[in-house]
Amino acid sequence: MPIPSLQVSNLAVARGDRNVVEALGFAVAAGEILHIRGRNGAGKTSLLEVLCGLRLPAAGRIEGQPDAEQRHWLGHKNALNPALSPDENLRFWCALSGHAEADVGDALQRVGLKAQRHRPCGNLSTGQRRRAALARLLALPRPWWFLDEPLAGLDHAGIDLLAALLETHARNGGAALVTSHQPLPQGLAGVRTLELRP
Amino acid sequence: MSAAVAVFRRELLLAARRPAEWAQPLVFYAIVALLFPLGIEAHDPALKVFAPAIVWVGALLAALLGVERIFGGDLEDGTLEQLLLSDAPAPLLVAAKLGAHWLLTALPLVVAAPLLGIALGLEPLAVKVLTLSLLLGTPTLMFTGGFAAALTVGAQRAGILLPILVLPLMTPAVIFGGGAVRAAASGLPFDAPLYFLAALLALTVTLLPFATAGALRNAIE
Amino acid sequence: MWTWFHQLASPPTFYRFADVLAPWLFGLAVLLIGVGVYGGLFFAPPDYQQGDAFRIIYVHVPAAALSLSIYTLMAVAGAVALIWRMKLAEVAVVAAAPVGASFTALALVTGMLWGKPTWGAYWVWDARLTSELVLLFLYAGVIGLNQAYSDPRAGARACAWLALVGVINVPIVHFSVTWWNSLHQGASILSVEGIRNPKISGDMLWPLLVSLAGFYLFFGAVWLRRMQNEVLWRERNARWAQETVAA
Repeated sequence: MPIPSLQVSNLAVARGDRNVVEALGFAVAAGEILHIRGRNGAGKTSLLEVLCGLRLPAAGRIEGQPDAEQRHWLGHKNALNPALSPDENLRFWCALSGHAEADVGDALQRVGLKAQRHRPCGNLSTGQRRRAALARLLALPRPWWFLDEPLAGLDHAGIDLLAALLETHARNGGAALVTSHQPLPQGLAGVRTLELRP
Repeated sequence: MSAAVAVFRRELLLAARRPAEWAQPLVFYAIVALLFPLGIEAHDPALKVFAPAIVWVGALLAALLGVERIFGGDLEDGTLEQLLLSDAPAPLLVAAKLGAHWLLTALPLVVAAPLLGIALGLEPLAVKVLTLSLLLGTPTLMFTGGFAAALTVGAQRAGILLPILVLPLMTPAVIFGGGAVRAAASGLPFDAPLYFLAALLALTVTLLPFATAGALRNAIE
Repeated sequence: MWTWFHQLASPPTFYRFADVLAPWLFGLAVLLIGVGVYGGLFFAPPDYQQGDAFRIIYVHVPAAALSLSIYTLMAVAGAVALIWRMKLAEVAVVAAAPVGASFTALALVTGMLWGKPTWGAYWVWDARLTSELVLLFLYAGVIGLNQAYSDPRAGARACAWLALVGVINVPIVHFSVTWWNSLHQGASILSVEGIRNPKISGDMLWPLLVSLAGFYLFFGAVWLRRMQNEVLWRERNARWAQETVAA
């Protein structure tokens, strides 16, 4: 059964004292990837935080907002404790949602971290840590992905990996909202763009 | 519930990975409590009089040491926003985290208390009451410290704000804890302060996690 | 009535409302405080035990009563701010804290000045004084917390949480004289017993009540003005604010 679409009407998003986004309306359905772009300071992160449910909007309505078990948030930070290994970190996130830990090894392999899976995250490079964060999306399958600047810190291989993951995700009926000031990789199907102007 | 257990176990795992961080309050406590007899002459009867206050204030300062780091690390690496985004009730996760911290930083203090009490010249009954008062009072210190830490973790210019916030919140526990031991040392009845400590324990452990979770949510906005 | 309340929550409406009300409160406050203090200094008879030293009561009691009332109001505003996310309630919390701290400090200092001739000591660690001192630290915490945040809304909400948690100290301060053996005098006015059988003579009581009313009005006026300031600063980029300042 396809997931219900996310619908936004007349949305205003505040950061500090000002509204960075006003009267915004759009919808995202299953199988779509929404690329939210704009210059630095345009309000991309704030908008994504509101859409994901981290913060409340200043005005307007969001319908079809996924609840906790249906969504993944990947922010600027990786949510990996540096003292623990990728394996241990992922197992924790699985245990937190009561999900089986069986897919952890598989997920780490798919992102290319099989050799580093037991090393403390503090000893990994930035790109490797970003990949470990991506592995969380695979270890816990959920239909909605909210990714904030996921391309940051990834090399070419990493970007290709992300494109592949997004493609598979959309093909399987998931949806993704991605903010990035860079363009997304070429050839990615099902991408719509939303431009934010400050 | 399994989420709370997962958080609890993770705290223990992290402490095992970084034993120095965990041992620091305990070492500090021992130093504070053992330096006092050096400052006052060892057989001075004044030592016995001050012993309850020394042990209790030492416990407070040691608890304060550990409190700053409770949420800071998680905010920095992004774990905090994931925890607050998850399905599990945030107050429960907070309680699990603070419970683990109590186990790691305060329980050793409680276990060390009899040794310190004897070293400072307290009578057996006073030592027993001291240990019991610390057992009842340290969870209050931990949970109020956690609340204050949640308030400051989202502040950009916190500086030395944390001790100022913590002081009025922890004062009642120290007053009743010290009072119970003083009463026991003087042969007076000591139940009332212990009951007050138990009441504080009941209040803080059940209600403060809600306020703490609210403050944390505010911190990530 | 609720519509009026809702409208009041809009910053420009509140600003105009406060602009009209505050001068009246100030004027009335000055009048009542003047009458109360004058009556307390010159009309009330000297106390049979303390002589003229008791007259500090006409400042001490209003200051202490306000220190508790302001914290309670701060906590209520804090609850409103957190539940309904009302900007004005957040402003109310932040604006009240320094005033409450000042009154608490005033109560403590006047109490110390009163304690020296009557108890022989400036300070004792009894329940009432200690819990009032804790209240001062709570206020200081609220003020410090607000300044520590760079986002004023998040800072105000953090203060709201602190105000809510700390409000438990208010009944402790009030009932401390009944629950524990305290050197401080018991509740002579603000208790059921005190209202039925007044423990204070009538000609000493009326200046106190007048003074009390005057101080409360004074707080109301100061609070409104501080809230106006805070609202103006927060909304400084909005058109109504710039027009108001330019006018």
